[in-house]
Formats: sequence, structure tokens, C-alpha cells
Amino acid sequence: MNRRNFLKTGLLAGASLTVPGIYGNYFAKSSRIIPANYDMVAVRNGEPEVMFDKGIEQLGGMKAFVKKNQKVLVKPNIGWDVIPERGGNTHPKLVKRIVEHCYEAGAKEVYVFDHTCDDWRRSYANSGIEKAVKDAGGKIVSGDSESYYQNVTIDGAKVLKKDKVHELVLESDVFINVPILKSHSSARITVTLKNMMGVVWDRGYWHRNNLHQCIADYSLFRKKPTLNVVDAYYVMKQNGPRGVSLDDVALMKSMIISTDMVAADAASAKLFGVEPASVSYIKLADSMGAGKMDLSSMNIKRLIL
Amino acid sequence: MNGTLLRKIRISVSSFFLIATTLLLVDIYGFFPPEVSNKILFLQFIPSTLKFISVVSLGAAGFIIVIILSLLFGRVYCSTICPLGIFQDIINWLSGKFRRGKKRRFDFSKEQKILRIVLLILPVLFFLLGSSLLLNLLDPYSIYGRFSGNFFRPVAAGVNNIAAYLFEIFRIYAVYPYSIKAFNPFPFLFTLSFFSFVVIMAWTKGRLYCNTVCPVGTLLGYLSKFSLFKIIINHEECLSCGICAKECKSSCIDSKNKTVDMSRCVVCFDCIPSCPTEGITFGNSYKKNAYGKNEQQNIKLDHSKRDFLTKTSVYLFSLSAIAAQVQKKIIVTKPSTVPVFRKNAVSPPGSEGLEKFNSRCTACNLCVSACPTQVLQPSFLEYGFLGMLQPRLDNITGFCNFECKICGDVCPTGAILPMDLEKKKLTQLGKAKFVKDNCIVKTQKTDCGACSEHCPTKAVHMIPFEGTLVIPEVRDDYCIGCGACEFACPTNPYKAIYVEGNRWHQIAKKNVELKKQESVNTKEDFPF
Repeated sequence: MNRRNFLKTGLLAGASLTVPGIYGNYFAKSSRIIPANYDMVAVRNGEPEVMFDKGIEQLGGMKAFVKKNQKVLVKPNIGWDVIPERGGNTHPKLVKRIVEHCYEAGAKEVYVFDHTCDDWRRSYANSGIEKAVKDAGGKIVSGDSESYYQNVTIDGAKVLKKDKVHELVLESDVFINVPILKSHSSARITVTLKNMMGVVWDRGYWHRNNLHQCIADYSLFRKKPTLNVVDAYYVMKQNGPRGVSLDDVALMKSMIISTDMVAADAASAKLFGVEPASVSYIKLADSMGAGKMDLSSMNIKRLIL
Repeated sequence: MNGTLLRKIRISVSSFFLIATTLLLVDIYGFFPPEVSNKILFLQFIPSTLKFISVVSLGAAGFIIVIILSLLFGRVYCSTICPLGIFQDIINWLSGKFRRGKKRRFDFSKEQKILRIVLLILPVLFFLLGSSLLLNLLDPYSIYGRFSGNFFRPVAAGVNNIAAYLFEIFRIYAVYPYSIKAFNPFPFLFTLSFFSFVVIMAWTKGRLYCNTVCPVGTLLGYLSKFSLFKIIINHEECLSCGICAKECKSSCIDSKNKTVDMSRCVVCFDCIPSCPTEGITFGNSYKKNAYGKNEQQNIKLDHSKRDFLTKTSVYLFSLSAIAAQVQKKIIVTKPSTVPVFRKNAVSPPGSEGLEKFNSRCTACNLCVSACPTQVLQPSFLEYGFLGMLQPRLDNITGFCNFECKICGDVCPTGAILPMDLEKKKLTQLGKAKFVKDNCIVKTQKTDCGACSEHCPTKAVHMIPFEGTLVIPEVRDDYCIGCGACEFACPTNPYKAIYVEGNRWHQIAKKNVELKKQESVNTKEDFPF
């Protein structure tokens, strides 16, 4: 993309914002806006919040995804009661920055939750995410109560034909998936597709019924993330997803931003050092049409800060 | 001294202790830090005594203060600090509101001296022989703790959840639902029957429970006979009208003989303002012209009570023999097809071993309430009869959070000793046992690994199985018995991995097989 094209798309995006009231809402809901020509932005060598600032800019800023008065859900990984340096949870600085961007773009409310593995209150607190969200004015919500989860069906799924999904996923206008890249004892790596395990109630069902197929099945669910932001700042290279000590973590200072979950996972796999096709759920999701794992045909913006 | 003022002070202090203690015991938000609960429960008599035996320290010297207070002012512990006592006052006050028509409420009654002494000596004897069962059943604070845990806490959660439901309609998530994840029928029913017993006694007879059953009441009562300040009847002023005796919920004022049985008086000061003259006061009993030193005499022996006690103790011992057999038949987990039996229950970190824990814990359930994952649950016969109602790790309900040690921090009796977090992370409560024939990787030939995912020390790690599949393997040395693997294991109805408790906790080895990951050169281009 050259500068002229960028300005054009920027102007177009700006113009679409000026479409008044009811029509603006109509457009926002009816069509997913792809504001720039990039399929993916990869950023490296910066602090989490800086990398996000630079990365989202390439996609036309957060206002390309969040419209005025919309309800936004940001779904980081807050699975474990560990500190940020352990790379078990999404970096709080990144979550905070995303929430801030959403409000700047005019979001009415920004919600953040995860269905944690460790005790949720302790995980929210020790991950630093609870404080980060509150500081940014966002609303932190429990994922710990079955009453929040509603029955849904997943068309096209092979195993996971139905599930119970958190109401915020169903009700939000914009859904931003913010996983952290980690090693995983059974899934090999966990990134965007696997992070969706934190929006359903019964993870045990996935484990019991062919984990890889279930992860791929869920990627067909109608409520897909509007945007995926992969945190690869602290990367747990071994003993994931929980990790044992700081020794498990490599400082990678990277970030992948994409609207395509499968592509984001494929790029993350390469960052991690494994072939995307060797991670069974990525291959399955690709073959089921949830996205593309072949990066060679994609328009990727690479930024080294 | 001014009786009305004393009474007001008594009511204020007791309200503070009852409210604070109850809040600690029902705390569903994890609001109170251990330092606060330690302060509030510092004066609880039996827990503090037990803690002092475990760790001789100033922090556990609350019972000494209670003894000094009793020698100065009588049973102020019973009237202002003991939550069960104050709870009974409230029940009795309510009964008074309901039965306003009847004027005559209490009257002097004889002391059940033998019953009291037997119920004081038996728990001490049991304890010296290594069992805290009777202390556990009779410690008033712990009884109130179980009332709170079994009844008040679910009520609090219910109220909270109704609020959370209403807020959720408006999509306000600040109040979140709190789910009580396990129901333990036996501990519940047992506590319910005790609850009914205490409530009925308090409704009809005031402090009769405290003055016949409670061993703390008896001990402090006999100390109070020597207290500096006492309730004194002034023989010259007293008209023997009996009004004070009718007000006395301890039934300890004999207005005819103008005596007060200080072993049963809980110094509530209800009598003083009721006196039409100045016939009854609270004052220095060692001064000249002081009265009230007369005590009850000529107690007749009642053999029916002795028979009752002998029969009860025989019954208790026979039950414990049954329990020894029952405890081995607790099904943990199936098609999983292999039934799994846990031989030993898993006791909380800091309890050091099953026998030691069973001999120190009074089952007040404070740790159950404080435990963020709800893995601590009151037991039935998992520990055997002697450990009844004491908390155990129930890995079906939750698992012990690696970074948490709050149970030891809050435990008022020293049954769970506080310890350094780094030490706790290496304390092995039990060892995980892998049942391969129940495991999904083997039975269904698909990846799972939920156990290894949750394992905080990677004692459970994945090793190559068939094709590209990986299957768990347990390395005992690194296992700390936290139960995360058992909790996460998705097999039904029997688990493919479970924790077998250690009779004595051990020290796990630090996992040293891990290599250090190096930072990546982030100036290099992307690998795609």
C-alpha cells in the first residue's frame, strides 16, 4: 500500500463515520468494515501498548472497527493466577491500551472477561488486568457463573454442534479477541482459536470430545471476533499453558493483528517456531473455511520499531 | 456501678463481636484479609488455647486474656465475645417478643453440676488422648462457625445472587453471582440438628445450653467464682421479690436465699436495672460487707444422666469402628470404567499430617469460607470418625490454588499453620495417581491433556503415546497434591487422575529439568 491509497481509505473510513445516526448504525451492524488493504499487521520490538498504537494505525485506527455508542467486548486470556512476566495471561498494558482506543473511537461501554482456569478473582487481580481495565474506564465482568452463559448452536460444526456462550459475546457489537501466544501441553500452542475456549462454559466437553476438532468447530460460530490482537511480548515457550517459572518465558516483543483468526494463528505458530500445518486445529479450521493459514498469498504489513 | 450503663456496654461490645465474627464466617467476597480475622478471633477461647499449644506466641495468647478477664469480671467472654452465646441471646430476645403475654420468663433453677463437669472433663481427656472430636463438637465458636458456614453463608450467597440477577437484567455486572459449589449432606444435617437443639434451648430457657453443655462456659464459670467483681445481692436492700430472677436468662439468682451462682452468671447485667430497690449490684466481692459468696450446695446425684453419658460414649466408640471401614469406600470418580478409591483424604497445606490435623482442628469452617476455590469442604467420614466435619481437599469441587495459602493464615486453632508461600508451593499434600485405562487419550485416541495444563509444577507432563498423541505421566517427586489435575480431568464418572493423600505431608522436589528460555532478537525480520 502506498501513501496515496492509505489516505484514500482513511478518507473513505472518515466519510463513512459522517453518515448520520440511524444509517451509521445500520452500516456498522450489517457489514464488517475492512478499512485497509492489509490482511495482517505484524509488529515487533516495542512495548505492548506502543506496538498496538502503531499496528492499529496501519488498519485505519480503532475507529475502523468501533463506531460511536457501540458495545465492545475485549476478551484477553486471564486463565491463570500468575503475574504478567510469567506470560500466562495477556499483558495488562496491551489490554488497557485496547480499552482506551475503544473509548476514543466512541464506544459506549467496553467489557472485559475471561472464563478462567484458576480462581477468577485471584487471576483477574494478579494478572494486573482488573486494574488495567478499571484504570482505562472499562468494565470487568465475571465469567465464573453459569447463569451468564446462553445456549447456542454452531452451524457446520462436526462435533461441537452446540455450546453455552457468555452473553457478552452474543450481545456486543464489537468483539476483540486478545490472546497471548503460549505453548500448550495438549494443543501444542494456544493463540486466537484456542482463546475462544474462555467464552464457553463447559471446557471439559471440548477435552472429552476431540479437543482439536472442537477448537476448529468453534471457529465457525456466527459471532466471530471483529479483530484479533495476538500478544507475543512475553512468550511461554515451554510448560504451557500455565508455566512453572520465569525460565519458561522468552522475551519476544511481538504482536500480530488480523481479522482472520486462522491467519493470526498461522503467523503466531511461525513466530513460536512451529509449522502451522503441524498444529492440528489450525489445519482443521483452515479446511473448514474459518480462515486461511497460507500466509504467502496475504498482504501483510511488517513493522519493526 | 450503674447497671443500665453496664448493660449498654455489654450489648455494644457483644454486637461488635457477633457482627464481625459472622461477617468473617460468611464472607463470600473474600473481603477480609487474614490479619483482620486473626484480630477479631484473637480472644476465642478454645481456638486460641489450641493455637498456643501448637505455636507458643503472643499472637495465640488470647485465652490468657480471657482467663484474666474472667478472674476480674466473671464470664464476660460468654456475654460479649462468644458468638454462640450472643446468638442465643438474640434467639431468646426474639422469643420474648413473641411471648409478650406471659410475664414470668425465667426462674432460678438448680445447677446440673455433674453433667457440667463431665462435659468439661471428657473433651479435655479426649484431647489428651489425641482426638479433638469432642472439642470440635462442643467449642462454642466452632459450633457458631458451622452454623454460619452451613446456613448463614448460603443465605448471604442467595441474597447476593438475587441482587446479581436483578442487576444483570440491566447489564450491570458489578455484583456478580457467587455459586456455592458443593453441598455436603451429612455435615449439613448434623449441624442442622445441633442448630435446632441450641435454638430450642435458647428460645425456652435462655442460657441453659451455656450453663449445662458448654465446656468453656463451665470452665470460665468455675473461674468466675473467684472473680474480683461479682453480681452481689445486698441483703439489707433486697426484698426477695424475685423480679431479678425472672430477668435472669442464666437462671442463677436465688432470690429467696439471696445468692447468685457466679459459675452460671454470664454478667449480662439484665438484673441490676430491674431491681426496684438497690438490692442487686455489680461490685468488688472481696470488700467487707459483700455478699453473694454463698454457693449452691446439696446437689443430689442423678443417675439417669450418668447412664446417658456412658451409653453415649459407648455408642460413639462403636461408630468410630464402623467409620474406619467406611472411609476406604469413597468413590472419587468411571467410562471411564475403572472405579477409583482414595485411601487417605487430603488435608490442607500447613496441617503437616492427617493425625496431627485431626487432633487440632475444631471444624469451625473459617478456612472453608476463606478458601477462594472452595476446594476445602467439610468432611463426613473421609478422615474417619474422629475427623468428622473437619475440612478436607475435595478435588471434585475445586483445587488448591498454587499461589494461595490463606487457610493457614486464617486458621484460629493452629491446626493449619501459616507458612511461607515458597514453602507451601513445595509442600506435598498427596500424590497424583494416573489411571491410564480411564484416560481419554487411551480410550478415545484423541488429545486431551487437561491435567497437565493445570499442573502448576509440571509433575504431570505429556509423553509420546501412539502416533502423534501424547499421554500424561506423573512424576511423584514434583507433585504437591494440589488436585488441579483431578479437578480438570474431564472423564465421567471416574477420574483418570486423582490425588492420594499423604498421611504425613512431604517436601516435593523443585522441577530442575527445565531449561531457561532465551530472549529473541527482536530486530530480526519475522519468520513469515
